[in-house]
Amino acid sequence: MTVRIVKVDSEKCQGHNRCYAMAPAMFKVDEFGYATPRGDGVLKTEQDLELARRAVDNCPERAISIEEHDEA
Amino acid sequence: MPAEPVNDWSTDYDIFAREYIRDPFPIWDQLRASSCPVARTDRWGGSWMPTRYEDLVKFARDIQHFSSRNVLVADVMPAPGAEEQELSEEDQQLVQQYDVGAPPITSDPPVHTWSRRLLLPPFSVTSVTKFEPETRELCNALIDGFIANGRADGAADYAQQIPPRVIASMLGIPKEMTSTFTDWVRGFLELGLTDPELRQESGRSIFTFMIEQVQQRKEHPGDDLISYLLAQKVDGEPVPEPHVVGTCFLLLVAGIDTTWSSIGSALWHLALHPEHRTQLIEQPDLIANAVEELLRAYSPVTMARYVAEDVEYAGCPMHEGDKVLMNFPAANRDPSIFDHPDQVILDREKNPHIAFGVGIHRCAGSNLARMEMKVAIQEWLRRIPDFRLEDPHAVTWAGGQVRGPRKMAVVFPS
Ligand code: HEM
Ligand code: SF4
Repeated sequence: MTVRIVKVDSEKCQGHNRCYAMAPAMFKVDEFGYATPRGDGVLKTEQDLELARRAVDNCPERAISIEEHDEA
Repeated sequence: MPAEPVNDWSTDYDIFAREYIRDPFPIWDQLRASSCPVARTDRWGGSWMPTRYEDLVKFARDIQHFSSRNVLVADVMPAPGAEEQELSEEDQQLVQQYDVGAPPITSDPPVHTWSRRLLLPPFSVTSVTKFEPETRELCNALIDGFIANGRADGAADYAQQIPPRVIASMLGIPKEMTSTFTDWVRGFLELGLTDPELRQESGRSIFTFMIEQVQQRKEHPGDDLISYLLAQKVDGEPVPEPHVVGTCFLLLVAGIDTTWSSIGSALWHLALHPEHRTQLIEQPDLIANAVEELLRAYSPVTMARYVAEDVEYAGCPMHEGDKVLMNFPAANRDPSIFDHPDQVILDREKNPHIAFGVGIHRCAGSNLARMEMKVAIQEWLRRIPDFRLEDPHAVTWAGGQVRGPRKMAVVFPS
């Protein structure tokens, strides 16, 4: 089974807030606006995956990625 | 003095040309498609200008070669000798003491890093949301003023009135000052870009006013942004007062022209597109996405960078002291990133626009600007769902550093 995890590269994030605005249940931002995934970032459903892909597509800093791992 | 007409935009562009201000889009398309990715001009002090998205991102990220020490798109020379003659000794000392620019926008790291960090919390989503009810009330009061007439100037009577009042409220400055602010900021950033005397005078007025405000807050701190900045510490030391003045200067200049231009452009678009008005009225949840799309399509702000060391970019020899125009608006219409870039698609799914810049100088006020745009559009559409431009050809635009409508008569059933 493939496990997908959404990640935010904190070196690249400049706090544009696009991810949090479109998926507040998936991302959180600190008082400076920098984003991190909520919890472990594991995308459990197709809707989660869809939403994460949209966040990737809209981040101007290309700070968001979706990692895939194969698990037995 | 009428400028020479432009024959070749790639080697002689003029960002103050009337056709560029009114309709820059075909010019950008032509420049983006040309073999050299960076256009060049000798006009207005000379500059380079990238128009492709990927190039803009690269320039913005290379802060070593492309410094923010001068972010204005045109260098107008002060009238000969004006500076020396006019300033008294006392004034000259003042100028020296306060010569910190407008941090963080004119700063490079390391100053940029701490000075930006100071500003981020008061402009976070949570902080700006507190000003939403007040903004909504303000929009309604403005609409009350003209709704019975069946006509209004969407730029001057509405868009232009909102950002100065909101930032005045944040800074704890009397709102009666709004029209004065508007004059100062236009004198500094719009009309003053090609008029050195006006620019100097306007800059000095804002600066003097901010020094007074800072003195007042030192004596009587309040629950406002100036008092907040004065109370902050950097490396255990209070933030130097000239720095606070410089930042407050920036907040006034950066937050007013920009946001009213984007509200104005949004209304201009909606006046011409009844189908988009209907879409927003029927699907109110679309507003956040629609704001991003309108920001993309009508990005108001072009910044500049100062070449800090000689460097070659895509074969263009750039020399220390050269200027690079950061044409974020052109990048936002790049077909290699955006499908159908010239179409406004309110529910566009892929929109990584850089209207607020990209990299370390990303607009610190972006959450505030979005909130103001959202509320301004919502309240207008709620009260005036049906409207059109009285005469599309009579709309006037400002441009250069900040593009947006300045006179825009609209009519509606009263
Ligand atoms: C739609 C409205 C606005 C647009 C399009 C806009 C655009 C921009 C852009 C493109 C930059 C980047 C400058 C660069 O790369 O050199 C910037 C920076 C900045 N803006 Fe805005 N802005 C808007 C509204 C505001 C508002 C409302 C405020 C605050 C009151 C504000 C405050 C700032 C500040 C403080 C910076 C400097 C950030 C830094 O250098 O780290 N802006 N803005
Ligand atoms: S959209 Fe990108 S840059 Fe903006 S907060 Fe999210 S991760 Fe950071």
